[in-house]
Amino acid sequence: MNILSLSRSDLITLICFIIAVLSGPVILEPFGAGYPDLLQKFAIFGIFAIGFNILFGLTGYLSFGHAAFLGVGSYTAVWTFKLLSMNPIPAIIFATLVGGAFSVIIGYISLRRSGIYFSILTLAFAQMSYNLAYSVLTPITNGETGLQLAQSDPRALDVAFGRDYGAVLPPSDLFGIEMTGYPGFYFCATLLIICFFISMRIFRSPFGMMLRAVKSNQNRMNYTGLNTRPYALAAFVISGMFAGLAGGLLAVTDPLAGAERMQWTASGEVVLMTILGGSGTLLGPVIGAGAIKYFENIFSAFNETILLNAYSFLPESLQHMMASVSSLFVGEGWHLTLGALFMLIVIFLPGGLMEGFRRIKGMIGRIGGGGDVSSKSETAPAE
Amino acid sequence: MGILTVNNVNKRFGGLKALDDVNLDIHEGTVHAIIGPNGAGKSTLLNCFVGKLEPDTGSVVFDGTSLLGIPPHKINQLGVSRVFQTPEIFGDLTLLENVMIPAFAKRDGSFKVNGWSAVANQSEVRDQAMVMLEDVNLASKSKETAGHLSRGDKRRLELAMCLVQKPKLLLLDEPTAGMARADTNNTIDLMKTIASKGVTMVVIEHDMHVVFSLADRISVLAQGHVIAEDIPDKIKGDPRVQEAYLGGAHL
Ligand SMILES: Nc1ncnc2c1ncn2[C@@H]1O[C@H](COP(=O)(O)OP(=O)(O)O)[C@@H](O)[C@H]1O
Ligand SMILES: [Mg+2]
Repeated sequence: MNILSLSRSDLITLICFIIAVLSGPVILEPFGAGYPDLLQKFAIFGIFAIGFNILFGLTGYLSFGHAAFLGVGSYTAVWTFKLLSMNPIPAIIFATLVGGAFSVIIGYISLRRSGIYFSILTLAFAQMSYNLAYSVLTPITNGETGLQLAQSDPRALDVAFGRDYGAVLPPSDLFGIEMTGYPGFYFCATLLIICFFISMRIFRSPFGMMLRAVKSNQNRMNYTGLNTRPYALAAFVISGMFAGLAGGLLAVTDPLAGAERMQWTASGEVVLMTILGGSGTLLGPVIGAGAIKYFENIFSAFNETILLNAYSFLPESLQHMMASVSSLFVGEGWHLTLGALFMLIVIFLPGGLMEGFRRIKGMIGRIGGGGDVSSKSETAPAE
Repeated sequence: MGILTVNNVNKRFGGLKALDDVNLDIHEGTVHAIIGPNGAGKSTLLNCFVGKLEPDTGSVVFDGTSLLGIPPHKINQLGVSRVFQTPEIFGDLTLLENVMIPAFAKRDGSFKVNGWSAVANQSEVRDQAMVMLEDVNLASKSKETAGHLSRGDKRRLELAMCLVQKPKLLLLDEPTAGMARADTNNTIDLMKTIASKGVTMVVIEHDMHVVFSLADRISVLAQGHVIAEDIPDKIKGDPRVQEAYLGGAHL
C-alpha cells in the first residue's frame, strides 16, 4: 500500500497508463494517429467509455442512452463559455454536474426496470432528448444549426477579469493557453488519467464490489440486507457524470454543440467501445474507444479515388467492381465495417480485446515453457 | 413470547389456500423444525418471514417489530438471514468476496458509497470472512469463483454468508435437498455446530434423521395447516403426524 492506496500491480498499471497517454503523440505517430485532433478524440471517448464501464461493466445494466449525457455536457459547456468564461475549467465542472443531474432523473426512472426494459427506457429518454433539442428546446440548443459562440456573448467572468477577445470568436483557453492542438490534447489527457485513476479506485473499493454483486445476484443482495437500487443509481450517475465531462471536453476542443451528439448511434458507439475493449476490465474501454476512433478515422477517410488507386493493379473492369464493393464499407459506410468487426469480436472474443491480450500472453507463456500459465490466466480476475 | 411470533397467518394463491391460520412461536436459542409433505406450504411460510411474500391476514412479529410490509433488505438488517432451497450466492465473485459482502452489509447498512477505500485495506472484514470460510471448510478455495462450486460447497458458502452477519434468526429451507450423501452429512454436522453456538434457527427439512437429531421443537404442516407442534419424541409417536406425513407408516 502507498499514498495512492493502490496495490503494487495497480500502481504499475497506472504508471504505464500515464506514460502511454502522455507519450501518445510519439507512440501513435507511426500509425498515422499522432496528430492532436485525433488524440483529443481518443482521450475524450476514453473518458466516456471508462464511465460507461462503471455502469455496464460492473452492474451489468446496459444503457442505450448515454449519448444524451454527452450532448447535455456539450451544451452546458458551450453555455458556460457564452455566459461566464472561455476558461475550460468552469465549463467542464458544469458539464459534469449537469450531466450528473440529468442522469439522476433518467436513472431514477429507468432503474425501476431491469434487463431489456431498462435498455429500452434509456434509449427512449435519449431519443426524447434528441428530439426536444431539435424542437421545443431550440432557444437553448439553437436547433439544427447547433449552439455556437457569438461575439455578443456576455462572458461575465472574462469581462470581470478584464479579458477582452476583441472582434474574433475566441477558442477556449486555459489562462492564455489555447485549448486546440497539443495543449488541448494534454488537457484532455490529464482528465483521462484522473478518470482512469478514479475508476481504478472504484473497482477496488467495497462499493465496486457491491456493484459487481448487483450484476451477479440481486436477489441474494436483497436478502443480505443490501438495497440494490441506490447502488445501481449511484453507478448510473457516476457514468452520467463521466459522459457529461466527455461532452464538455468535446466543446472545449471545438466550441460548438449539436443535437446529433445525442443520437442513438452515438449511444450505441460507447456500448461497442466498452464491449470491444472488454467490459468490466479497467483498460479495455479506453482501448476500445481508441480502436474505434482510430478505425473510424481511417475508414471514413477513404473515397472512390483512393479505392480506385488501391485497386489499380487489377484489370479495369475488376478494378471498378472491387472499388464499388469496398466503398460500401468505407466513408459513410464505415459503420458497416464497425458492425462486422463487432460481430467478430462478440462471437470469437466475448471478453473483448483484453481477453485477446490475455490469451496471447498465455500462449507466449506456454511456448516459453511456463507450465500451466494458460489455466492461471483464465481464472485470473478480469483486469 | 418468542423471538418470532406468527399469529393466524393466511395466504391464498388464487383458489389454493397455501397457509391456513398458521400460529408459531419460535424461542430464542432453539432450533425449530418445520416438516410436512411437499406442497404443504413450508416455503411459503418462510417467504412470509423475509418479505418475499405478504400474508393476506395475520401477523408476523420478529423481536418486537412487525415484519409485514417491510422490504427484504430491511428485514435482514433487523437480524434475519436466510438460506434458500437452491443456494443463492454471487456466482461471478470469489468465495472471499461472497462472504465479505454480507459482512459489509452488517457493518455499513443497506447502502453506502464506499468508493474511495480499497477492499484490500479492510482487514477487519476480510479476517471475519476468512474465519467464517474456515468454519465451513472452504478457506482453501477462498480465491476461486463461487459459481464453479459443487452443490454442497455452495450451500456451505451460503451458510457462511448468513453466519458472518451473526443473525438473531437463521432460516434454512431444505438445506440438504439435492445433495450427495457425504455433502448431506457435512452440512448436518455444520448445522449442529451452529446450533450449539446458540443461534436461533428455523429449519425446513425432509430428512427425518436430521430433524430428530437437530430440532428442539417440531411443527408439522399439512395443507397449509399446523397439525401438530411438540418436542421431537412426542411428534414421533403422534398418530396424526404419521397419518398426514407418512401415510400411516411408522417413524
Ligand atoms: N408464488 C406462488 N404462486 C402460486 N402458487 C404458489 C406460489 N408459491 C407456492 N405456491 C403453491 O402453494 C403451495 C405450497 O407451496 P410451498 O410453500 O412451496 O410448499 P412446500 O415448500 O411445503 O413444498 C403449493 O401448492 C404451491 O404450488
Ligand atoms: Mg419448499
